[in-house]
Parts: sequence; C-alpha cells; structure tokens
Amino acid sequence: MSAKLAISRPAEGAAGKSGTWRTFRPVIDEEKCNKCGLCRLYCPDAAISVDLEIDLDYCKGCGICAEECPKKAIAMVREED
Amino acid sequence: MHGMRSILPAGPNQYFIIIHVKYPKERLDTMAIPDEEFLLKTTSACAGCPSSLILRYVTKAAGTDTVLVIPACCTSVIQGVYPTTAMNLPVYNVAFASAAAVASGMSEAFRAEGKKTNVICYAGDGGTIDIGIQALSGALERGTDFLYICYDNEAYSNTGMQRSGATPLGAMTTTTPGGKKDHKKDLDAIVAAHNPVYQATACAAYPQDLYNKVEKALTIPGPKFMHVLAPCPPGWRFPSEKTVEMGKLAVKAGLWVLYERENGKLTITGASKAAMKKRIPVEDYLSVQGRFRKITAEQTAEIKKTVEENIARLQREVDGIC
Ligand SMILES: Cc1ncc(C[n+]2csc(CCOP(=O)(O)OP(=O)(O)O)c2C)c(N)n1
Ligand code: SF4
Ligand code: SF4
Ligand code: SF4
Ligand SMILES: [Mg+2]
Repeated sequence: MSAKLAISRPAEGAAGKSGTWRTFRPVIDEEKCNKCGLCRLYCPDAAISVDLEIDLDYCKGCGICAEECPKKAIAMVREED
Repeated sequence: MHGMRSILPAGPNQYFIIIHVKYPKERLDTMAIPDEEFLLKTTSACAGCPSSLILRYVTKAAGTDTVLVIPACCTSVIQGVYPTTAMNLPVYNVAFASAAAVASGMSEAFRAEGKKTNVICYAGDGGTIDIGIQALSGALERGTDFLYICYDNEAYSNTGMQRSGATPLGAMTTTTPGGKKDHKKDLDAIVAAHNPVYQATACAAYPQDLYNKVEKALTIPGPKFMHVLAPCPPGWRFPSEKTVEMGKLAVKAGLWVLYERENGKLTITGASKAAMKKRIPVEDYLSVQGRFRKITAEQTAEIKKTVEENIARLQREVDGIC
C-alpha cells in the first residue's frame, strides 16, 4: 500500500517575492554605517546578508532595521508607483 | 594540521599572519550566532512579524538535526504555499490541541532509534495557554525529552485577533472590543508547578538572550519550556518598525521579565537585571499600542500592582526566601 503525503519542499520564494509588498524601501548610507550588524540581527525575514546587503526582492519594508540602527544610517524611502 | 606541521621546518621560517578587523562591540557580541538561516526568504508573515524573528534564532540555535512540531497558529500558515515551504527544517503541522502529545511520541521514537534529534514544539499562546495546555501538562509530567516554545502575541492572531488567556487586562481584541476584563493567565506558574528541568522566558527584542537559552536548553535531557514575548504589529496595533522597540519597552517596564530556571534555580538574565531595580513607567508601554486605547485608570493601576508583585516574588526566589 502506498499513501501520497502532502509534503512541501524548502525553496526560496515559497511565499512569492515579498519585496512587492513594500511601500518604503530601506537605503543604507555607507558613510554613516559602522557595520555593527544590528540591522541584520533584527530583520525578521533575514533579508539583510552577512555582508549587510539588503535583498530588495524579499525585504518587506517593515522598517525595523532603520528604527534599530544605532547610527541612523538607514533611511526608509518611498517606493515609486 | 599534523601533516602540515611535519613538513614545515621548525624555527625562524614559521610565522603567522594575523588579520586585524575592527568590529563594533554589537557585532562582536553576536558573532557566535551562526550565519546559516533556516527560514528561507521569505515566509508570508506580516512585515515586522515577531514570530519570524523568534523562529530565526530558535532554528539557528537548534541546527539541522531538529524537527519542529507546529500546531495551528500564524506560524503554521506563514510557511509558504504547497508544494514549497520557507522552512528549511522538517516541520510537522499538527492539530491544535495535540502539539506536546505529538512531540512525546516523536521524541520516544527518535530515542528508541538512538537518535538525538531535537524535538521542538513551536506554538502560539492560544495553542498553549488555552487549547494545548493539557497535552503540554501531560508531556511535562511524562518527562518527554523535548523543548516546548510558546511565542506569545497575546491573542489568536492568525484568525483575526480574538482574545486568548494570554491577552492582558485592558487590551482590545475583536472579542473584547471594550478591553479585556480579566488578567493574563500565569502560564509560567502553571509550568513551574511541573518542575521541568529547564524553564525560561525570552523576548523577540533580545535575539542573543533567546539564542543562548535555546542553545542551553537543548543540551539538557528532559522536558524544557520557554515562553517568548512576541509583539505583533497588527494585533497590538503599532507600526511594523516598532516590533523590537515594543519588546524592549515591555522588559524595561518590568511587564516581561527575562529569566531562566535550571533545576529549580532562578537566574534573571539580560536587560531584566536592570529592570529588577529600576523600571520605566508602564504607561510608556501601554500608551504606544492601539489595543490599550480604552484602558481605564483602575486597570492601569491593577497592571502596575501586578508588575510590582511579580518582580517582588521573583526577587524573593532569587534571594532564596521562598
Ligand atoms: C481545533 C481548531 N480550532 C480552531 C482553529 C482555527 N485557528 C487556527 S489558528 C488559530 C489561532 C491560534 O492562536 P495562537 O495559538 O495564539 O497563535 P497565533 O495565531 O496568535 O500565532 C485558530 C483559532 C483550528 N485550526 N483548529
Ligand atoms: S545597524 Fe546601521 S550602522 Fe549597524 S550595520 Fe546596519 S546600517 Fe550599519
Ligand atoms: S525593512 Fe524590514 S524586512 Fe526590509 S531589510 Fe529592514 S528589517 Fe528587513
Ligand atoms: S499576525 Fe502577528 S504573529 Fe501573525 S504573522 Fe502577522 S505579525 Fe506575525
Ligand atoms: Mg497568539
């Protein structure tokens, strides 16, 4: 007897490109940033890489990174259209 | 290494290259947390979701040899759309009331096969404090080797923010439109009565503290329990960028105390050490959340009294007076 089980497999984009949800995008000012990594620590969606690059395909624009940045190095900029 | 040493000539030809990279303290403090992510970009959770943030660190601490048991809650629906999932770890999505019972069977089966696989229940407050409590009590009493984590967003969020036993006094939900008339149920006291080998609280705003506790818990055999505060932007009615800030305010106001209890010994951890002595006014926490818009002066006074009593009780326990 064989039973067909509904098993989902891990994949990037399993919930679609969540970057399309954004109204504001985080923009890092490299001059002000001291590479403390707190933005990456607090991003709920791990959209900030170890090298502190923001993946705009998936960043949902929550704004936590900008709010928690101790150097105020991240601006939330309104998305066009 | 040994092979290398035998080829290299000893003496003045040996040298080391030391690379100096200057990192700020914050970066150094969190260096021990693995870079690997087990929540692939991204879940379908709301922007600023505390459950995603908590789960990032729970899974980093647990590592690959782990199975998550998740009953109905936000976390069971944010995983993605079949046939794909954002969870790069095995997940068992199970019926509401059954999480801890499922974990008992699963843990027994793994141990019978000689496997050390971590079995972690990850459940909401509704699924723990109300609906899953008897299964949880049973698993704790049976001595199941597992870790139960309740992420507490203080309502049935997935179905539209109905009141749960974890909803605090005065908070508006869709089923308490005038503000809740009853106090939050003291889940931690109920769990403590089972004397688990390890019990801790944590908060989404303090990922390092959370990570340390999960890592430690998983080295101890037997039943472990963690209660993690999860400030939820749509449920608590605050802007999505304030998730971490809200958690910090809860801890600084003493409304949420970070601690761990190992074999009955209580230790206050992280930011709560300062909050045990000096706290910000609870109003600083209540006034920035839409759900407390209708809270009365009497209810605020009640909450203050509860905070002070709770802190005093914990301090007595730390001092060994009770
Ligand atoms: C037996 C049963 N009753 C009701 C539901 C509907 N339901 C699914 S998730 C949920 C809310 C769960 O609340 P909680 O455990 O606090 O997790 P949260 O959604 O807040 O993350 C409800 C009521 C269900 N799936 N099964
Ligand atoms: S939190 Fe701010 S200063 Fe720190 S790494 Fe991120 S952008 Fe740079
Ligand atoms: S805006 Fe939110 S999702 Fe985007 S990078 Fe910042 S913290 Fe992450
Ligand atoms: S309702 Fe709250 S807990 Fe649920 S997905 Fe949204 S932010 Fe996360
Ligand atoms: Mg909940």
